[in-house]
Amino acid sequence: MNRVVQAILYGLFAVCVGYFSIAPTYRYADPHVAVIKLSLSHAAQRVKECVKLTPQQINERAVKGEPLNDCERERRPVSVELEIDGATALRLTALPSGLWGDGPASVYERLNIAAGPHTITARLRDSADEDGWDYEHTENVNLIPGRYFTITFRAETGGFAFR
Amino acid sequence: MALIKSALARAFERFEAIFIYAFGQRNNPFVLLGALGWYFYWIVAATGVYLYIFFDTGITDAYASVEYITNDQWYAAGVMRSLHRYASDALVVVVVLHMFREFAFDRLRGRRFFAWLTGIPLLAFIYLCGISGYWLVWDQLAQYIALATTEWLDALPLFGEPIANNFLNSKTLGGRFFTLMVFIHIFGPLFMLLLMWVHIQRHSEARVNPPRPLAAGTLAMLLVLSLVYPAVSQGPANLDVVPTELGLDWFYLAGYPLLEIVPGGQLWLYLIAAFTILAVLPWAPPADRVPAAIVNLDNCNGCSRCFDDCPFGAISMVARTDGQAYDVEPVVNVNQCTSCGICTGSCPTSTPFRRAGPLQPGIELPHMTIAALRDELVANGTANGREIHVVVFACDTSDSDALAADGATVIKLPCVGMLPPSFVDFALARHYADGIMITGCAEGDCQHRLGNEWTNERIARRRDPHLRQRVDDRRLSLTWLPSGATQRRRRALADFRDALAELDDE
Repeated sequence: MNRVVQAILYGLFAVCVGYFSIAPTYRYADPHVAVIKLSLSHAAQRVKECVKLTPQQINERAVKGEPLNDCERERRPVSVELEIDGATALRLTALPSGLWGDGPASVYERLNIAAGPHTITARLRDSADEDGWDYEHTENVNLIPGRYFTITFRAETGGFAFR
Repeated sequence: MALIKSALARAFERFEAIFIYAFGQRNNPFVLLGALGWYFYWIVAATGVYLYIFFDTGITDAYASVEYITNDQWYAAGVMRSLHRYASDALVVVVVLHMFREFAFDRLRGRRFFAWLTGIPLLAFIYLCGISGYWLVWDQLAQYIALATTEWLDALPLFGEPIANNFLNSKTLGGRFFTLMVFIHIFGPLFMLLLMWVHIQRHSEARVNPPRPLAAGTLAMLLVLSLVYPAVSQGPANLDVVPTELGLDWFYLAGYPLLEIVPGGQLWLYLIAAFTILAVLPWAPPADRVPAAIVNLDNCNGCSRCFDDCPFGAISMVARTDGQAYDVEPVVNVNQCTSCGICTGSCPTSTPFRRAGPLQPGIELPHMTIAALRDELVANGTANGREIHVVVFACDTSDSDALAADGATVIKLPCVGMLPPSFVDFALARHYADGIMITGCAEGDCQHRLGNEWTNERIARRRDPHLRQRVDDRRLSLTWLPSGATQRRRRALADFRDALAELDDE
C-alpha cells in the first residue's frame, strides 16, 4: 500500500464530490426577464344543456329514487388565449379531465417575457360559442425582472386574476 | 454487446491499477463498490437521524431550522449536514460505478439476473430519497426542484389539477406537498433498506461492510471535506422570485436542466426507455443454459460443506430422503445455481485418489465431472516429456491460453474454487506435474464471488477440505490477477518455473 497515493486518491474523490455537489452553476432564468405563470382549473359548460324537468317528472323521479336532474356528464373543452402587447403569446385548448370527460380542464403554462410595462389580455372560452370569449380580462402591468407574475382563473369570482 | 463489455472491463482494469497500487488488491475500492454503497447508506442514515432532531418539518420554519443547523451548530449538526450530503453524493458515485462494473464483467446474465434487476428500483429510490432531501431545505434550490418536479409530474395524465399550483406564488403555498416530501425522505430510505436486503438475497456472505482501513479512510475523507467545504443553503425560497443562478448537485439533479429543453412527457418516455433497457440487459443476449450441479446421494453424507461454500445460496440442506443414516442432504436450486462448481471443490468425496467404483462425488457439475477432470490431468501428465512440467488450473475468465503456449498444461475450470485440494496432492504425488499453478481472478474480485477466497483458505489448510500436510507448498503457486493480465500471468509462470528448477537442483 502506498499511503501518499492513497491520500491523493482520497483527495481527488473529495474534490470531485465537493465540487459537483454544487458546481458548475446552472442558470435557470435570465435575471432580466419576468416569468408569467398561467394556471387554471375550470369545469366548462356541459356538452348538452340539462333538460328542465317538470314538477311532475321531479316527483316521479323522487319516488323511484332516480336523479332529479337530466344532464349528460360530458363537458366542453376550455380554450385559453393570452395576448401580450397585441400579439398572441399563447393559445391552447384543454380537454376536461375524468374518464367520462366530466371533470375540470386544467392549464398550467410558464412564459418568459422581457421585464417592463406590458398590456396583457387573457381570454377563456368554456361554451359552444366559437366566435367570442366567455371571459376576458385586460390589464396594463409592469413586470419586474426576476419576478413571477401569475394569472389565475376562478369563475366564481368573476374570471381572471392577475398578480 | 460483448465488445462493449470487454472494452469497459479493460478500461476498469487499467483505471483500477492505480487504486490497487495505492490500496492493495483486497482494499481496492472498485471490488468493494457494493460494500461502500452500504457504508455510505449507513452514514447518510445516521447523520439523517441526528439532523431530524433539529429540523422543523413545517414549510414555514424549515429553512430557519436548517440555517440553525448549518450556522449556529456548525461544529456538530453542520458537520452532520455536510456528511449527509457528501455521503449521499458518494453513494450515487459508487452505485453507478458498481452497476457499470457488474455489467462490464458480465455478472448480470443467466441465473445472476436477480441482483441486477433488484438493483434497478434501488437506483430509482436513491434518486427519490436524494431529491426529496434537497426539497426539505426549502431554499432557492428547493424552490426550483419543487417547481421543476411538480411541472414534470404534471406531464403525466394522473392529476386532475396541476400539482405545480401548490407552488404558484407565496399566497398559494401550502404545506401539504412539503409534508409529503418529509414522509418520502424518512420512509423512502427505510424501504430502500428493505430493497438492499432483497438485492443481496442470492449472495451468501455478501460484503456489506468495507474493510476497516478503507472505511476509516473514507470517513476521514468525508469529515475533512465537510469541515473544509461545508454544505450550505442557497437563500430562502420565495415563490414570487424567479431563482436565476443555482448551484445544482449534479449527482442527483443532472437531469433537471433537460426539463427546460425537452417536453416533460418526452422525458418520461426517455426515462422509462432507459429503465427498460437496464431491465433487459441480463438477457442481451441470454446466457447459455449451463446445467446446474447435481447431487449424488450415494456419495453424500450431508456434511454441508457445499451449502457453506456456495456463493449464491443455491444449496439448501433438507431432511434426508434416501433412508441413509444421515440427518440432511443438499438440494440444489437450479434457478440460483450458476454452475461455478465451487460445491464440487468443497466436497470431501471429490478425491482423485479414490479407486473403489466410479469416481463420482456427492455433488458435481454434470457437464464437467470430477472423473473427467482426473482423466484430463492423467492424460496430460503422462504424455508430458518436458523438463519441468507445470499443470495450470485456471478459471474460465482468466486469459490463460498464453500459458499453454509457454509449455504448461492448462486445465480450465468454470472457477478455480471447483478444484478439490486433493487434486494438487494427486498430481504431485503421482508425478503428473512438477508444480501446480492455480490462477484465477484478482483477490476479492472472483467472477463467482468466493472461488479464489475459498481456494486460498483450502490450500492454506484453514478451510475444509484441506490440502494435505505432505504437499510441498513450494511446488504450488497461487496467482490471482485480473482477467486481462496476460503478461503478468506469464511472468508468474516463468518465475514459478525458475523456483521449481532451483528446487530440483537442491
